[in-house]
Amino acid sequence: MSNKSFSSWMKSGSPWVWLNAGAVSISLVMVVGLLLLIAVRGLSHFWPADLMSVSYIEPGKEAVTLIGEKIDKEEVTAQQLNRVGVELPAGQASAERILLKVGNRDYFGLDFRWINQPWMGEVTYPQALLSIERREWGHFYGRLLSVKQQGEIVVSGEDAYQELQLRLKRSNKLVSEIKALEKGEIGKINAGLEELRLEKRKLELKHVAQGSLQFAEITASEKVLDLSYKDLQKKLADLYAALNRDQMMVVMSDGREVEIPFAKVVEVYQPNAMNLLEKFGVYFHELWKFVSGDPREANTEGGVFPAIFGTVMMVMIMAVLVTPFGVVAAVYLKEYATQGPVIRLIRIAVNNLAGVPSIVYGVFGLGFFVYFLGGSIDELFFQASLPSPTFGTPGLMWASLTLAILTVPVVIVATEEGLSRIPRAIREGSLALGATKAETLWRTVLPMAAPAMMTGLILAVARAAGEVAPLMMVGVVKLAPALAVDNIAPYLHLDRQFMHLGFHIYDVGFQSPNVEAARPLVYATALLLVMIIIVLNLAAISIRNRLRENFKASEN
Amino acid sequence: MEAANQPAASVARAINIESIHRGDKVNLADEKICLEVKDFDLYYGDKQALHGINMTIPKNRVTAFIGPSGCGKSTLLRCFNRMNDLIDSVRVDGEMLLDGVDLNTASVNVADLRRQVGMVFQKPNPFPKSIYENVAYGLRLQGVNDRLTLDKVVEKSLKGAALWDEVKDRLHESAMGMSGGQQQRLVIARAIAIEPEVLLLDEPASALDPLSTLKIEELIYELKDKYTIVIVTHNMQQAARVSDYTAFMYMGELIEFGATDELFTNPTKKQTEDYITGRYG
Repeated sequence: MSNKSFSSWMKSGSPWVWLNAGAVSISLVMVVGLLLLIAVRGLSHFWPADLMSVSYIEPGKEAVTLIGEKIDKEEVTAQQLNRVGVELPAGQASAERILLKVGNRDYFGLDFRWINQPWMGEVTYPQALLSIERREWGHFYGRLLSVKQQGEIVVSGEDAYQELQLRLKRSNKLVSEIKALEKGEIGKINAGLEELRLEKRKLELKHVAQGSLQFAEITASEKVLDLSYKDLQKKLADLYAALNRDQMMVVMSDGREVEIPFAKVVEVYQPNAMNLLEKFGVYFHELWKFVSGDPREANTEGGVFPAIFGTVMMVMIMAVLVTPFGVVAAVYLKEYATQGPVIRLIRIAVNNLAGVPSIVYGVFGLGFFVYFLGGSIDELFFQASLPSPTFGTPGLMWASLTLAILTVPVVIVATEEGLSRIPRAIREGSLALGATKAETLWRTVLPMAAPAMMTGLILAVARAAGEVAPLMMVGVVKLAPALAVDNIAPYLHLDRQFMHLGFHIYDVGFQSPNVEAARPLVYATALLLVMIIIVLNLAAISIRNRLRENFKASEN
Repeated sequence: MEAANQPAASVARAINIESIHRGDKVNLADEKICLEVKDFDLYYGDKQALHGINMTIPKNRVTAFIGPSGCGKSTLLRCFNRMNDLIDSVRVDGEMLLDGVDLNTASVNVADLRRQVGMVFQKPNPFPKSIYENVAYGLRLQGVNDRLTLDKVVEKSLKGAALWDEVKDRLHESAMGMSGGQQQRLVIARAIAIEPEVLLLDEPASALDPLSTLKIEELIYELKDKYTIVIVTHNMQQAARVSDYTAFMYMGELIEFGATDELFTNPTKKQTEDYITGRYG
């Protein structure tokens, strides 16, 4: 009886339904799990955790006080502990050890420390503990002694913290003024000087006499720029002097007193004294700084804005390049070319192009775009600045072009698919009204195939945004000095190298000198990259759906 | 079976021609000639689809092509505006004259020809655009973008296709939201917007319900004052109802061509008689 019901159950097809449903749910669980993992690991980094103060006695050494953030904990077996000299009470098989971020890397050497629970003494969370985010050397943890101006103590004791925040606001404002000056006006003057130098070089190449009027003109404008540069330099020196006015005196966990200039400090908190609401405030502030700020300290601190900007820029330029190229190719293949063995061969080649490993495209991009095309452009148009290359070096345009080549098969295939779905009746209707083939394509067929083109573009964007390997050869760098868009003409600098989130993950995760500090950033950056790809895709999908609405009825 | 013995009576039973025919009393010899076909052959690759067709299509009359499926009536129709050019393997022989000019010579611009010879297809094929843009499509192709002119032509064409009253309040809505019959009349409006000489209708009502079919037939009757109409149809009642002349085709050959009431009541060829009495096809 049961045998029969089993066989009828098999016959009913429900085992296959279960199998399929199972496969789908496993995929879903994996995707959600992956996102959850990177979200939790990445986002928790920005939480202003409480600072613990703990007395720690290693056998044979004097007791020390450690101040730090609890980052991680793990269970260690007695055997392992035994090896480092910890005796557990009989019957206890394992003990905890804690990863403490103790900061102060410039004084302690290491800013992360594993401490064994059995050696830990009393743990306290004093309200007065400071977490200082510095521009260099990572965090500093300690207690505030006093605030100084020009080396003289201004405030000390209880009120010092409030005074510190006031002066910190001032110093941060000065820092952003200095940055604006350096990047903005001084950058403009430098660009102007470089332009003049190139003009001079052009004249030299044309064999214009040194004493001629043109040279004199250039020298004159150089002088004007030099003068305004000196002005700015003075302004800058004043700003720096003002910035360097204040210092704070702090005491570390081991009792050493240290002076930290305000110029080196980004943010100071007392995490233990904050309530939940304040902590959330700080959390979102830190998150915003991560998304909008520039990276510091070999990318292990600060933000990733240049990488976000570079990724989005590159993908958008790629999309602008790949769409017309792919659509034109598809239209020719589908509409104009005589269908035969040659076209079939080309189609196979196009499809296989999508399967070529991306690094190969990187090599191709480097060889063809950067060295050959870029080199030729330099020789033709940027003779004056040689031997330093302008386009003959990896840059944003070459990276976008390389990825466009990489993704063009996807667009071609999707567009061809879309073109072949347009009913014959529609084409005939247009032709019967006296339209030529080209007019029919332009006015009726292509608009109707637009959703299919968008589908191709969505796939292309999804692939391009996640690609890293080829980019390393054609334009991505660890740290780009300037964004591709700025206030210096021509405003969009396609020749510049750029940062990319994918490469940033690799760089921070594997090339970083400070692995522990960088790890949460790897997760946060990965989360950001995934989110950007999702946003780009959603944008493209919503455009496609809007297009589809228009043609819905004609598709069936 | 019985019908074979008494041809006239049986035909009259099959199609009550007197009661449904609304064409005028006509005589081919008196007509002005619009299209003239002389010894016309057509090949799909090696296969010959039309064999030595000879016929004249009179001006401002409705000419119907009837015949069983695959007899070549649609193929012949599509020759009048050279729609068969779209098929690579098609080759033609013989002459086909529109107002005395051979259509198939190199000097004839196909796009211009198709402006003179409009076509409506079996399935309504409006473009996925607004009703207005559908009708204006042909004019826009000719570079007419003046709003006033377009408005006028759109209104005139839609009125001409007996559609104006139904759609005048939603001209800028998508044509895809219309019913099948409305869509077919829209396609006719689209075709007459560019004022062709000839209107080719390839089974225009075969995808429509009876009421819409009736409307299309009434429309055809009204349009023949201004246009020469050639219609392909499977429906013999329809041919009898709307046409002045009827051509019966079979296996790529023109079997019989004459005034509709003549052909239906008194066919000269046995094949014609068999077909209209329902012997085959």
